[in-house]
Amino acid sequence: MSVQRDAVIASNFSPPPSAAETSSEKKFASSFARHSLRDGKLAALLLFLPPALLLFTIFVVLPIGEAAWYSGFNWNGFGRPTNWIGLDNYRFVFDSRAFGLAFRNNILIIIVSLLVQLPLALTLALMLADKFRGAVALRMLFFLPYVLAEIATGLIFSFVYDGDYGLLATVYRWFGAEAPHLLASPQTSMFAILIVIVWKYFGFHMMLFIAALQGMDRNLIEAAYIDGATRTQSLRYVVIPLLYPTIRLSVFFAVVGSFQLFDLVMPLTRGGPADSSNTMVSFLYNFGVTRMRVGFGSAVGVILFVICVTFAITYKRWFMRDE
Amino acid sequence: MGFLKRLALAAAGVALAAGAAAAQTTVKWLHLEVNPGQVKIWEEVARAFEAQHPGVKVEMQFLENEAYKAKLPTILQSKDRPHVIYSWAGGVLKAQIDAGVLDDITASVAGYKDNLAASAVAAFTDNGKIYGLPHAVSQVGFMYNKELFAKAGVDATKIKTWDDLLAAVKQLKAAGVTPIVVGGGDKWPLHFYWTHLAVRLGGKAGFEAALKGENGGFEGDVFQKSGELFKQLVDLQPFQNGFLGFKNPQAVGYFGDGKAAMILAISSFYATQRSLAADKQGVSDEKLGWFDFPVPPGAKGEPTDTLGGITGWLVTKGSPKEAVEFVKFFISKDVQTRLAQNNYLIPTFKGAEAGLVSPFLRNIAENIARSKYHQNFYDQALGPSVGRVVNDATAEIAGGTMTPKDAAKAIQAAFKQGN
Repeated sequence: MSVQRDAVIASNFSPPPSAAETSSEKKFASSFARHSLRDGKLAALLLFLPPALLLFTIFVVLPIGEAAWYSGFNWNGFGRPTNWIGLDNYRFVFDSRAFGLAFRNNILIIIVSLLVQLPLALTLALMLADKFRGAVALRMLFFLPYVLAEIATGLIFSFVYDGDYGLLATVYRWFGAEAPHLLASPQTSMFAILIVIVWKYFGFHMMLFIAALQGMDRNLIEAAYIDGATRTQSLRYVVIPLLYPTIRLSVFFAVVGSFQLFDLVMPLTRGGPADSSNTMVSFLYNFGVTRMRVGFGSAVGVILFVICVTFAITYKRWFMRDE
Repeated sequence: MGFLKRLALAAAGVALAAGAAAAQTTVKWLHLEVNPGQVKIWEEVARAFEAQHPGVKVEMQFLENEAYKAKLPTILQSKDRPHVIYSWAGGVLKAQIDAGVLDDITASVAGYKDNLAASAVAAFTDNGKIYGLPHAVSQVGFMYNKELFAKAGVDATKIKTWDDLLAAVKQLKAAGVTPIVVGGGDKWPLHFYWTHLAVRLGGKAGFEAALKGENGGFEGDVFQKSGELFKQLVDLQPFQNGFLGFKNPQAVGYFGDGKAAMILAISSFYATQRSLAADKQGVSDEKLGWFDFPVPPGAKGEPTDTLGGITGWLVTKGSPKEAVEFVKFFISKDVQTRLAQNNYLIPTFKGAEAGLVSPFLRNIAENIARSKYHQNFYDQALGPSVGRVVNDATAEIAGGTMTPKDAAKAIQAAFKQGN
């Protein structure tokens, strides 16, 4: 039995192609791997699928199913749900002005991420990818905000933005002006949060781009120079196209991350004032959890899940097909 | 013979060990008190209880106010739930009772409860069953800084009507003093204005009618008028800059620092304004004043009606019997007198108010004793779902993003939707 299992496992491992292998050898190796997989397919399936499926069912499928089930009840979280109200919770969500604002804010975060954060990260990456004195130190400096915990970042910035004692207030005082309370006004609270988001996450995308730039074949760029391309031209026609896979990945992370944003918002504004800075997740928390409306909160969760899954699938299908 | 003797000894040893193990009970006590002075006394009380009850350990657990409210439903349904928990009575208590997560302690406190103020015990009674014991009562009213009032030439003792208050605000502003500080980011401090106006305008009858859905419920005249009067105040811009971003402890500290003339306070802020002030001294007794919430025109309630909290301790389902004993011990005359002497609470144990030394708190104890209608905070009385909407709506009136009429509508809609 154990011998048999070893054989199955061994048959599923094909040696990784070494760098020295020629492309024809690679092709052979991969076809070999595919062939042996087919032979051991059923055995592998029986062996490896159940544990994975079990974990996936317990930790992913069941909670989602449970949330969908709860979303049909008017339920405060105590005991078992009994008051079935069908799709009313979804109607309440879509009727809610606060949810509209939260959705708008999520879209706003995505737009700012794509139009401000990623270009900023890309520019810095292009400047810092080459080896020069201090490059590593600068990279670490820009990456530092990403390392900081979200909740700590939020607390720090709530002090920075404080109109009486904060850093911002000090700066305003230099110019003899009184600082605005950015986080206390519905007009500016989201703006203040967007700044923190850009500050916190651009370093992460910069690192992705730097990694991609350093893994790039320098010969292609040199070839472009030899052919007489200017720096801008080589950037536009060679470097950026070669970065596309990474950019697509960055966009994916930025969008999914935006939908999940919660832990920066809570210490900064808790979604206020007047629900002006809620994201969909903080809306879920503020209106579902703290109000003990578990059914309502579940409906928000299901909506959020559907949005994220739809995005992930369409994006993968349309933009990341080749990878 | 020797063998039998040894066996008997061994059996006795085992029995003793088992006895010791059984007596090792832990009472888990979850609180949200932030005042270090008070927590220190509480810890001493816990140790004193342990000394009197060998084998019982009292374990203090802490959660910050908002975190406590948010986590409670989950905590209560876990197997490892705390035994003694804090409560503001009202709708949240009702939901907990309905869910069956609390112990009915009626029998254990049968004789004991007569020592406590009956109206306070009533707040923890549902269908004739007692689920907790009241620990403190409080009143909402204006706490003010006499020095700043003098600077603006305003006499706080003359503020009796809503218009008096508006005039005082104008005069304070003209003198360059921030009239009122409020922790608007937490929303509930703002709801005090709207709620207290409703208590004044409608009185007990008004609130009870709204609960029955009469007179238009929470959309009725009383509640719309409350919003309109509140808007009158808001339009004068009486609050500190950025008040919608202030958390309550920040606001109370701001008052303690002498930066604003008034705060619509719970009487317990008397102590917290000291501990939250930058110098830990706060506004001194000579400078600290209090006036009751002013009476608006057309008020149907009595001027003696009070708004405030009734807080206490609940015992959760399946707790050891020592948990009730501890609550009784904690609300005993000695402990209450001691806490009153330190100005930490208005006691519920009859006679413990004799311990109140500060004229400030004595005055409030008298107010509450005189009041025939003590309304629990709306955000507690109406339950977590409707209560939060009350808080939201009042914060939106204050921020100018909602009209008083829409606010009343939103509250009524939430009330109809229920929990």
